[in-house]
Amino acid sequence: MKFGVVVFPGSNCDRDMYDALAYDLGQDVTMLWHKDKDLSRFTTEDCIILPGGFSYGDYLRCGAIARFSPMMQSVIEFAGKGGKVFGVCNGFQILCESHLLPGAVLRNKNQQFICKNVYLTDHTNKVYKIPIAHGEGRYYADEKKLDELEKNGQVIYRYCDEFGTINDEGNPNGAMRNIAGICNATRNVFGMMPHPERACSDVLGNTDGREIIRTLLMQEQLVH
Amino acid sequence: MIYSVQVKVMPLKELLDPQGKAVMGGLKNLGIGTVEDVRVGKNITLQINAASPDEAKQIAEEAGKKLLANPVMEYFEININ
Repeated sequence: MKFGVVVFPGSNCDRDMYDALAYDLGQDVTMLWHKDKDLSRFTTEDCIILPGGFSYGDYLRCGAIARFSPMMQSVIEFAGKGGKVFGVCNGFQILCESHLLPGAVLRNKNQQFICKNVYLTDHTNKVYKIPIAHGEGRYYADEKKLDELEKNGQVIYRYCDEFGTINDEGNPNGAMRNIAGICNATRNVFGMMPHPERACSDVLGNTDGREIIRTLLMQEQLVH
Repeated sequence: MIYSVQVKVMPLKELLDPQGKAVMGGLKNLGIGTVEDVRVGKNITLQINAASPDEAKQIAEEAGKKLLANPVMEYFEININ
């Protein structure tokens, strides 16, 4: 499979994502400019990534302007055909603003930009240590939508403590039901606030992110 | 004719507004302690070229729905001067 990483004005984790995929995971990666529209070299087996950063200066709302960029029109179409799309941090915000994922991402409960390692757990109860770096990461959807997400198994990562207990202490930003990452109903669009690409290299002392990228994007059978 | 249209965008009433909470803390520190609640939103001014105030309002409504506010977390109100 091939990967494409979209570069918006203000993206600042695009190179980290490229390096993690190309050098730590040995994948075929291309950078995609936001003003281009051409995704013809990608098939629905491939994956388009929306990286972290501050696209369009976070003006209006995080991700609100990026949604209208030419490349995003192609990405929305690609997702509609069943292609894999993965958004990290600002990429997650863009996916919510684009209605590719439900809900919204709000300002952190404590009003601060938080940059630190946190713990996440998935449906297997495995615990991952992954860094976060965001000021607007508090996932929100109404109760009905949250129930629906849980029922469909669309909540893919939750914040937890280092032992894997999902509690308030492990929730850095006040996200509803400790939600750190979700997918869409058809399980081809994924978004998460934490940065797995920053935890893929041995020299960084943490490679938990490799497993997240492999599990989410590189398995035939998508996670449930 | 050009109409000046104000779009007020506010966080939904049921949502926690940490920015408003921080501002309220500041007011309390200043000695303005009788403020019970603060919520912070945005005011966006649009200069709209339209044939009538109704048309200008309709255009502002569309802008509000499609871009200026995110209905998952915000509501908006329109005012034409």
